[in-house]
Amino acid sequence: MSDHTHAAPKRSGLWDWLTTVDHKKIGILYLLAGGIFFLFGGVEALLIRLQLLYPEQQVVGADTFNQLITMHGTTMIFLAVMPVIFGFMNAIVPLQIGARDVAFPFVNALGFWLFFFGGLLLNTSWLLGGAPNMGWTAYATLASNPKFTGLGADFYVLGLQIAGLGTLLGGINFLVTIINMRAPGMTFMRMPLFTWTSFVTSALILFAFPALTVGLVFLMFDRLFGANFFNPDAGGNVLIWEHIFWIFGHPEVYILILPAFGIISEIVSTFSKKRLFGYSSMVFATILIGFLGFMVWVHHMFTSGLGPIANTLFGIATMLIAVPTGIKIFNWLFTMWGGHIRFTTANLFAVGFIPTFTIGGMTGVMLANPAADYQYHDTYFVVAHFHYVIVGGLVFGLMGGLYYWWPKIFGKFLNETIGKWNFWTFFIGFHLTFFPQHFLGLMGMPRRVFTYLKGQDLELGNFISSIGVLGMAIGTILLFINIFVAAKSAKRAPADPWDGRTLEWAIPSPAPEYNFAQTPLVRGLDALWTEKMAGNKGMTPAEPLGSIHMPSPSFIPFVMSVGLFIAGYGFMYASTWGTYIVGIIGLVITLFCMLLRSLYDDHGYHIEPDEIEEKGVKA
Amino acid sequence: MAADHALHTALPDEPEKATLEGKNKVLGFWLFLGGETVLFGTLFATFIALRDQVNGGPTAKELFEMPIVAWATFLLLTSSLTSVFATLALHKHNLKQVQAWLVVTVLLGLGFLGLEIYEFVHYVHEGHKISSSAFGSAFYTLVGFHGGHVAFGVLWITTLIIQSFKKGLTVVTAPKFYVAGLYWHFIDVVWVFIFTVVYLMGMIGGKAVA
Amino acid sequence: MLMALALVLTGCGKENLSTLIPQGPVAEKQFFLMVLTSSIMTGVFLIVIIILTYVLIRYRQRPGQTGIPKQVEGSHKLEILWTVIPFLLLIVMAVPTVAIAFDLAKEYSNKDALQVKVTAHQFWWEFEYPDLGIVTAQDLYIPAGKKVEFTVTSADVIHAFWIPALGGKIDTNPGLTNKIWLQADKPGTYFGKCAELCGASHALMDFKVEALEPAAFDAWAKKMKAAEAAPAPTATAAAAQGQEIFRKSCMGCHAIGNEGGKLAPNLTNFAERHKVAGIRDNKKEFVAEWLTDPQQVKPGNTMPNLHLSPDQVNALVEYLSTLKVNQ
Repeated sequence: MSDHTHAAPKRSGLWDWLTTVDHKKIGILYLLAGGIFFLFGGVEALLIRLQLLYPEQQVVGADTFNQLITMHGTTMIFLAVMPVIFGFMNAIVPLQIGARDVAFPFVNALGFWLFFFGGLLLNTSWLLGGAPNMGWTAYATLASNPKFTGLGADFYVLGLQIAGLGTLLGGINFLVTIINMRAPGMTFMRMPLFTWTSFVTSALILFAFPALTVGLVFLMFDRLFGANFFNPDAGGNVLIWEHIFWIFGHPEVYILILPAFGIISEIVSTFSKKRLFGYSSMVFATILIGFLGFMVWVHHMFTSGLGPIANTLFGIATMLIAVPTGIKIFNWLFTMWGGHIRFTTANLFAVGFIPTFTIGGMTGVMLANPAADYQYHDTYFVVAHFHYVIVGGLVFGLMGGLYYWWPKIFGKFLNETIGKWNFWTFFIGFHLTFFPQHFLGLMGMPRRVFTYLKGQDLELGNFISSIGVLGMAIGTILLFINIFVAAKSAKRAPADPWDGRTLEWAIPSPAPEYNFAQTPLVRGLDALWTEKMAGNKGMTPAEPLGSIHMPSPSFIPFVMSVGLFIAGYGFMYASTWGTYIVGIIGLVITLFCMLLRSLYDDHGYHIEPDEIEEKGVKA
Repeated sequence: MAADHALHTALPDEPEKATLEGKNKVLGFWLFLGGETVLFGTLFATFIALRDQVNGGPTAKELFEMPIVAWATFLLLTSSLTSVFATLALHKHNLKQVQAWLVVTVLLGLGFLGLEIYEFVHYVHEGHKISSSAFGSAFYTLVGFHGGHVAFGVLWITTLIIQSFKKGLTVVTAPKFYVAGLYWHFIDVVWVFIFTVVYLMGMIGGKAVA
Repeated sequence: MLMALALVLTGCGKENLSTLIPQGPVAEKQFFLMVLTSSIMTGVFLIVIIILTYVLIRYRQRPGQTGIPKQVEGSHKLEILWTVIPFLLLIVMAVPTVAIAFDLAKEYSNKDALQVKVTAHQFWWEFEYPDLGIVTAQDLYIPAGKKVEFTVTSADVIHAFWIPALGGKIDTNPGLTNKIWLQADKPGTYFGKCAELCGASHALMDFKVEALEPAAFDAWAKKMKAAEAAPAPTATAAAAQGQEIFRKSCMGCHAIGNEGGKLAPNLTNFAERHKVAGIRDNKKEFVAEWLTDPQQVKPGNTMPNLHLSPDQVNALVEYLSTLKVNQ
């Protein structure tokens, strides 16, 4: 193979980022794009709470409000937290399993750019006549019939379709990476929990996203080509959309939360200086949650009239998920039990996660009860529940992950003092915002209402909730200030700043291009900790120092995604412009890129041992 | 090219899995087909839910032209067999045979597509359109998605045949042939289900709907 | 603890709106489930919090503390314990869950329950009493102490029919029908809401439930039926002028009695409605405001702005204020 060596391509600046296939750089791109979309979604949330501060306000109009809630939900789920999860998976999973790269570096880049352009397309709707306004769940016929919803719904359909394709590719990439590319000795039952949860999440993506793809195709055909999937006047059925959406949508919830479980497991274990309590049952619980996640979608449809048999079966299946989730909670508690707990910012988020997520789980069990859910369904009780799970669970986990892995990803520290302020403002703000919403729901406030009338005793709860948002806003601003401060600081992070346990802490911060100069030999769970306890300074290599094969950067993923981006507009505006030509041009660009990729094989390039020494030091 | 030559002479038994890249590609593609299964599963489920909703238009029984469908089925199943021959030839490292069998596969695929287009045009003339009923929407989307997959497969395998003249059979090209073969089998299997669920069940089953 | 929680939860919200102050058997059963599940869950939460607090205080790293804590792999006993106990708790919750879910799904014939057909529209509610031959809108009249079975559907998009104080809730799906039964134990006016996002004015798609003593309900039904067959004649000149405008401009969509269109709410008893457009008090100024610019009051609704002159508006308001059945 060595005779394939080409010179390492020299690329820099923007061009480097647009063409990179390095999983660590793609990870950073995901974090960056996800962070920006998180700000968008956050501003939307602020406007929502501003509108609901007092009853019968007119801060934004009714329709704008519906656009805000739709875009807030869609953005946060598909364009903010999922990319940040993918950012961590890219940045960390290959390092945790001792791999030099992911299985498909090119496809990995393609996945990122598809997500990015899908998200961009969706957000341009704000400038092009109004964002989607039918809720992120896009129920038919409101979403399927152009009579009820304008162009915004088309942006939703096509933007999510493109972004979803990227997610699917990312999922396959990580499945293959984890199955095929683990270092010698890294058996499945030695994989760190974050890798395990990423693995199960990727599997869920693989089996859940195609359902969304099909659902969006139906919606698109109904809207653009006059099909009748959801049109009751021509034999269509509105419940088909609900089924398809939630067959995707419920696993999606676990796609989101499982990696957070993984992050929390890593943080709790590291900062207690103890191995994870009940590692095997944690793995088992993760797989079980992933599996059950596909069996419970009807609990989103208890009030749609499927009858008591379906409702109770799915309700009980839903309650069962509480068992593996409970196992996790207690395993975390007992990981800390007997440890030496350090209260770093990362660990504060992990510790804050536990009671908060427990509340989300409690209300989850309550909601699983169909007869009671008839009262909760589509009220602020549900809004409170899923924010406890997604913000109190997932976002806490992601923020903890940021503080934990920032040194590994960027080679610098986030400031701990600002970090603690970040945690406390966000934590208190969060509970202030969402705790009262449980009661608002029980007191009769439906969700997705742009206002509420005076004299229904809903004023106080809404007022507190809107004030609480300020805390979350301040916390988020502090996080961004912290990132800015870290970027300016000169202090460099060492390879292993937290006395870590897993493989990513065995290599320099940030990781060099090739990750591991020599593939490590893994000799136990918590690979690095095992070596530390054996009195070794680092990992034992599994191979002699040799030249390392690397994939070439490529601009094709970017262009390919631009092709679909153009095609998206082409199809949306086909009836306005009276032609499909733009859509076809876009598709041809994408297909042509695929052809190029097939015709020109990438032989990559090699990094020679002398370069490795040099790079290893300067990172 | 010297390197390619060296690889060519030392081609292992299963050249598609000789390198880590090859192994990744094959495993990744199997997983992709897993996702495709969910995709078609969803399309089938929807079709079954909506197949009696003809909205006053022709029913499946009145509509379907079984001889055309039978011929299409015959062509596609035969092409599945020829693609197996191509993969067998791949394992024998016989590039000429690989190319020959793939050409036959593509031709059969084109024949299938021709029949399907003819069939669709015929149905549209009968008043069975994507916009005429929920049945029409579900029918054209399911069968059309499959047809789109066949068309993509034809394009894909054609480019593989063309580039194989220049690149030959190596550990880089072998996974491509192998994976394309997997894909082709998959769409054949899907067709078997379409033939059963859409056409056979349409002809014999299906409630009598006014 | 169950009692304490029930005590905390009750008294939350407005009596004729809150799910926490149930006003009928359905809401009561649901409230029972809420209290049961939230008590068990609160217990679990307290256990988690107690362990967490203990752990965080007891095992925080002391300054200068060195050494390595014992690396515990796990404990089968403990792990089985926190698998089995939640499982048992789930069974405790599952039994009443199943029982009540089936109880609430019972269907009743018109002998056991008053039948009402509900059709949801963007953004108003139509109520038809097939056995009584009455169609009305926005204000739902029911007899107190008697089961009412609703057969619900929608004319356009999915809405959800919800009367929190009486029990919840069922989606109204276009092209499909669903059933739900509810009962108000005592007479009163209860809030009804749409709970599924249905367009711009989803938040304003409120309705009122007027539960009457059975005798009063029967009387109302009789008068209503009579009024639908032959609306009362108009008395004043202004009202007569209003009626003329109504005939010309409104009747395509609105009906009074059996006369007129069915695209918009039936206005037979309009003057007795609690609210105008479901949200504003039924006073002349608000009726006028609504007639002058419907989009301002309820964005996205299907009522066109007829560009009436102030005089015409006043005449219409006069006319509408005569539409009563109960005097």
